Amino acid sequence: MTIDEIKIGGLGASRRRVEDNRFIRGAGNYVDDIVLPGMLHMEIVRSPLAHARIKSIDVTAAWAIPGVRLVLTGEMMAARNLAWMPTLSYDTQAVLATDKVRFQGQEVAAVIADDPYIAKDACEAIIVDYEPLPAIVNPTQAMAAGAPVIRDDKENQPDNVIFDWDVGDKDGTDRAFAAADVVSELELHYPRSHPSPIETCGSIADFDRSTSKLTVYMTTQAPHIIRAAVALVAELPEHMIRIVSPDLGGGFGNKVPVYPGYVVSILASILLERPVKWIEDKTGNLISTGFGRDVYLKGQLALRKDGKILGVRMQTESDHGAFFSDAQPSKFKIGLMHSAFACYDVPTAHLTSRGFYTNKAPGGVAYRCSFRVTEAMFFQERMVQAAADDLGIDQAEIRRLNFVRDDDFPHRTPFGFLTDSGQYGKCLEMGLEAIGYEDFLKQKEEAKKNGRLLGIGISTMTEPLGAGNSREYDILGIKMFDSAELRVHMTGKAILRTGAKSQGQGHETTWAQIVAHELGIPAEDIVVEEGDTDTAPFGMGTYASRSTPVAGAAVSMVSRKIRAKARKIAAHLLEVSEEDVEWELGRFFVRSAPDLGVTIQECANAAYSNIPDGMEPGLENNAYYDPPNLTWPFACYIATVEIDPLTGVWDVLNMVAVDDCGVRINPMIVEGQIMGGLTEAYAMASMQFITFDSEGNCVGSNYMDYLLPTAWETPGFELHEVVTPCPHHPIGAKGIGECATVGGPAAFVNAVMDALQGAGVRNIDMPLLPDRVYEGLTEGRDVSGAPPIRTDA
Amino acid sequence: MTSLFSEVTPEAANEVAVKRITVGINGNKRTVDVEPRLLLAHLIRQGFKLTGTHTGCDTTNCGACTVLFDGVPAKSCTVLAVQANGHEVTTVEGLASASELHPVQEGFKDEHGLQCGFCTPGMMLTAKALLDENPDPTEDEVRWALSGNLCRCTGYQNIVKAVLGAAAKLREQNGAS
Ligand code: FES
Ligand code: FES
Repeated sequence: MTIDEIKIGGLGASRRRVEDNRFIRGAGNYVDDIVLPGMLHMEIVRSPLAHARIKSIDVTAAWAIPGVRLVLTGEMMAARNLAWMPTLSYDTQAVLATDKVRFQGQEVAAVIADDPYIAKDACEAIIVDYEPLPAIVNPTQAMAAGAPVIRDDKENQPDNVIFDWDVGDKDGTDRAFAAADVVSELELHYPRSHPSPIETCGSIADFDRSTSKLTVYMTTQAPHIIRAAVALVAELPEHMIRIVSPDLGGGFGNKVPVYPGYVVSILASILLERPVKWIEDKTGNLISTGFGRDVYLKGQLALRKDGKILGVRMQTESDHGAFFSDAQPSKFKIGLMHSAFACYDVPTAHLTSRGFYTNKAPGGVAYRCSFRVTEAMFFQERMVQAAADDLGIDQAEIRRLNFVRDDDFPHRTPFGFLTDSGQYGKCLEMGLEAIGYEDFLKQKEEAKKNGRLLGIGISTMTEPLGAGNSREYDILGIKMFDSAELRVHMTGKAILRTGAKSQGQGHETTWAQIVAHELGIPAEDIVVEEGDTDTAPFGMGTYASRSTPVAGAAVSMVSRKIRAKARKIAAHLLEVSEEDVEWELGRFFVRSAPDLGVTIQECANAAYSNIPDGMEPGLENNAYYDPPNLTWPFACYIATVEIDPLTGVWDVLNMVAVDDCGVRINPMIVEGQIMGGLTEAYAMASMQFITFDSEGNCVGSNYMDYLLPTAWETPGFELHEVVTPCPHHPIGAKGIGECATVGGPAAFVNAVMDALQGAGVRNIDMPLLPDRVYEGLTEGRDVSGAPPIRTDA
Repeated sequence: MTSLFSEVTPEAANEVAVKRITVGINGNKRTVDVEPRLLLAHLIRQGFKLTGTHTGCDTTNCGACTVLFDGVPAKSCTVLAVQANGHEVTTVEGLASASELHPVQEGFKDEHGLQCGFCTPGMMLTAKALLDENPDPTEDEVRWALSGNLCRCTGYQNIVKAVLGAAAKLREQNGAS
């Protein structure tokens, strides 16, 4: 009576999601849904200017409004040593501004009142007198001689440079370029984008004077990191802080950093001894919280005539805004940008990177991305396409020629990563076949004769997901492992908790599937809980596609610990020695008499009622998992487009995605992640960006300017899979949440550029807005999207 | 929000001019005193404690707050509570009957039409209104009908499938009855 693993909701089952039962009834529990007795409401006053000295703040009128309980300014925060807080990248960030405002939307004051309407009224009544300063909105301005120093609050910061960093082999790369037949060059800007979950950030701080305990309900993807940060900032002992991250309405990296609103609500609750709720409005979210990208590239490929890549040079300048608050591993200044070209067999490469302060919101790495691999892969795939065009080589062919071959693993990438597996060629061929590559090329030629512009774009990449290992990856010194705790009750039902935090990925469903796979306990018998630091084991949270690679592995490992103990119990129950006990899913049996067996549920019962002499009772355990390496999913995305030459509007004709994320725990959920990611890729390629005018005004501060695709614009997607199990992950799985956002954009852009072949334009910066495409087509020149944008047109 | 729903100081309560309204909410008539500026979304969430109606933007773009206003989808963040006086409002909590989910709800679960769930109530109500009007929509009609509701997670493909699936199920049910 072998158990059917799919039937019990094990590995590979497209099990319907457990969390949906509450979401479809409107019974989710998001931060704004929580109401505590006596709760007050906080609203924030933000700077209208990008760069200005604060001359005075007059809060008298605000205090006079009935229902106002507290008005906080930077000065009052400073009196408690809370005007500044540390960031996740060893910088400091203003909580409420004291000296200057450094970006539009910066937090200047806060009002706590009986209801949010009163708090908003009071915010309007606060008068701030500013002395405007010139604003810096891009790295070129930031590095110019005589540029105003944005961070004059810091000692030893004479300019606007945050870091100057390099990696790779400079001399070897120089030699490769000297020996090259052709050097292909490309310059571009990956625009600033915002993760923009539909739910904004928010918190409810609840300080209980009688117990000295602070509970904070908060929109966070990383509750334990937040607890550590709050302990640091608020100088409270860690055991007196409880962070609870309830249901999150999306995260995408936006909900990793510590934001001023959280800190102010905490202080307000401590001062008022009442719960204080802060729910950010959409504009606040878009103009002040963690964004993604905003990186400029100068890229060069050293090439042999036949298309073989001999060397890579990348030079990046990144715009981090007013505070260096990137949530990223501390060892790497520009995230994992140096994962570029990992899927290609490139002998040598060199990357130089400079980061700059500007008068823009702080952030940089947040947004469905494993620490800037999104930029890395976009740059890589745009450079490869440009090289193919320069050499007149077919874009599929140049990739075939340069791929790391299936039998070449483990492979050391030119920047030093170790990739461990992949079937890149197979993935590409599958994609070409699905899109009908050869046919499309013919169609494209035919169409051209009739004045129609068709194009096809390919993007192939492998990316590092699942930080860390702890040797190389830490945030603020905390090593990037993760954890799981499993308690099997005496009936064989169980509760599992992890250090990760779902924001829609469906952990409540998939973690139970891993336990089902390891123990044969039906998934429906397992409850999954995350997000409460008082109950969950310490973990680094969910971002950078690290849940399945790290916490998911911990779920396997803790299940195996449970199984090992259950085996001893089984031997006792079967009255044989442990060596004579065999395991099949859900059941131990006697090797020589397979009919003689006990189920995992019977073992669980015995763990509480019939323990062998000398054994600890109970069937509970935990596991902390430090992965030996990152996981390396691979993907091939191919898009076909048609441009309307009269308007520059382009439509996606077809989009094919071939993803290899190793073993799929729940194929339905994996496909959901891929489609969501492709949509964000399409968004970035076509419409979604945040830019600034020359005064530092944010353009993209609400959903009328910051365009997210709707069901109407979003193309349909065709998905395919290749499965190369991850060699080091306990169940062979890899990360998947971000692959399509990372690899997708280049497919769309390459397709549009392919359609423009011969028009004299080599690059148009994302998003490929119709006016930019039209300009490229008609003027025959590259179109830059770098800020400042003109607003007088 | 108003004096009715959260504790306010006596001075504050005195200053607010309130208006008495009667709103049908998921079939129940509720009479409440509200500040004239109170948004319907806030009356529903804080006043009636029906937190399935979400708010996700400040500009009437996201549709997370969508309710049915006399059967027609409306963004409750852009309706004043007083405007709902004498009208019938359906929220996500009113979609299912005591024993049964609405086929749209089942469709969303079966087709994996949601991830974080934040847009879902608004999406489902918009979908229900579409199917009430047009029991057999094309994919394009579904996409167009949903284009006032943003989803950041799913990429819409499964949402569209969910709605088409629900349409088929409803037609079957109605044909059978
Ligand atoms: S809250 Fe976004 S449309 Fe109402
Ligand atoms: S499911 Fe998250 S916004 Fe739609």
